[in-house]
Amino acid sequence: MFPVGTFLISVGAITVVSAVLALIMVIADATIGNYGQVKININNKKEYLVKGGKPLLGTLMEQGVFIPSACGGRGSCGLCKVKVLEGAGQYLPTELPWITEEERKENIRLSCQIKCKTDLSIQIPEELFNVKQYETRVAFLVDLTHDIKQVTLELLDPKEISFVAGQFIQFMVPPYELTDESVYRAYSVASVPSLKNRLELEIRLVPNGICTTYVHKYLKEGEKVTINGPYGEFYLRDSQRDIICIAGGSGMAPIKGILEDMAEKKINRKTRYFFGARSLRDLFLVDRMRELEEILPDFRFIPALSNSLPEDNWTGEKGFVTDILDRELKSGENVEAYLCGSPGMIDACVKVLTSKGVPEDLIFYDKFG
Amino acid sequence: MNSALYPVAVFFAAIFTNNILLTNYLGMCSFLSVSKELKTSLGLGAAVTFVMAITTVLNWLVYYYLLLPLGLDYLRFIVFIIVIAAFVQVVEMIIERVSEQLYAALGIFLPLITVNCAILGASLFMVIRDYDLLASFAFGIGSGLGWFLAILAMAGIRQKMAKAKVPKGLEGAGITLIITGMMALAFMGFSGILNLS
Repeated sequence: MFPVGTFLISVGAITVVSAVLALIMVIADATIGNYGQVKININNKKEYLVKGGKPLLGTLMEQGVFIPSACGGRGSCGLCKVKVLEGAGQYLPTELPWITEEERKENIRLSCQIKCKTDLSIQIPEELFNVKQYETRVAFLVDLTHDIKQVTLELLDPKEISFVAGQFIQFMVPPYELTDESVYRAYSVASVPSLKNRLELEIRLVPNGICTTYVHKYLKEGEKVTINGPYGEFYLRDSQRDIICIAGGSGMAPIKGILEDMAEKKINRKTRYFFGARSLRDLFLVDRMRELEEILPDFRFIPALSNSLPEDNWTGEKGFVTDILDRELKSGENVEAYLCGSPGMIDACVKVLTSKGVPEDLIFYDKFG
Repeated sequence: MNSALYPVAVFFAAIFTNNILLTNYLGMCSFLSVSKELKTSLGLGAAVTFVMAITTVLNWLVYYYLLLPLGLDYLRFIVFIIVIAAFVQVVEMIIERVSEQLYAALGIFLPLITVNCAILGASLFMVIRDYDLLASFAFGIGSGLGWFLAILAMAGIRQKMAKAKVPKGLEGAGITLIITGMMALAFMGFSGILNLS
């Protein structure tokens, strides 16, 4: 026969033990765990009144201030650094592996490890006020070349993003074959800011790249992707100078964003865009650039192939982008330049530009490895 | 054995001859992962000792005054785990509130300890070996100190080893396990002094 008595006693005993312990913990949480309201002061500009006792990272996120973090607060990525002016107490052993000597002197802390127990005063980059996390869906995946994919993300939550053309977002790669942990990789936005519900990225396959492999081999249309942003100081400065754009490979993305934005806003500055590729199969979006040449009154797109193949039948510019730039640019006096590409290409181009008299503080670039 | 001395014997046996880590291989996960530096292993070791000493006593009371009278001794696994988890949680909250120094040194290790099998192991051994309350307490502290000793020794060795050339396939956990084995062998040398099993 089923031992009803034993059954009831054992269930009862566990229930009583759990209930007593739960009660103790509830009381503890309401008394010793209760830190009341604390104030968080950011950059001496904004002040938030929050419930104390929780880690700073999550508390800020609840207030809509997003500090980039790849591990989600487990203390295993070391990205969520903020400068704490007061109120964080001493360094915890969980922070130390991520903090250098210099950062320690400046009181840089891991915001996921420190808890808001007293009033805090912190400093974060101004641009982070506008940074949010977005849930998105892959609307389209298009092969632009043999190794570059165009990824169009539709924003689900929040539904709209405001950014400046040329800025980048961070793309979260979930754990998969190449990574045990979520990681973030930065990609420039190639679409216009007026399109608030869509983001277009151009992602080139890097052999064994964690994110690029994920996008090229695993990502499918319709899948969810988490991103955060926008970030970056790479955007068109407001002036009347002539514009030189130089890009290679997927460096096309932010330049395209800037050009499309200019077309929309009817910015009629003289613009030359040098694009470097190896051969014809590495060229993409040429048709769109030709259309922009029609729309913008003084814009020329100048693609250059460094290793054009006989079967390409290439009649355009041949050679390295630096050589073409050297020939085309007569004087750098009235010029500002926007560069996006590999560090090698950028360094070479910066040399040419400065030799032509372009002031160094008017050369803006996004380097990627 | 003289009954007044029995807890003392249990205490020393738990440290040397019946070291919970080196003879029972319990609590290995945090032992392997936190033994890279002396400083952090000092914190973890102290936290384990403290929690083990108190939870064996708590679990002894729960076992002999609640579970055994009701004939529910087979529930000891689950009840012990709940008691340990709740205790650790409350202690963490208290430490965090009371002392920043103590929290930085000990507090952050406490969540790690909840799932440390050595802690549960100590409570279960105390039941299996029929210790009375005083002996259980001695056993809890002793086991904790034994674990402390083992992780300190390991951290010392690993700090020295940081510059050593370890064969590729043995880097990390591999070589640490081998060293643990050697340490266990060395501790077997104590086994003639006392034996408690």
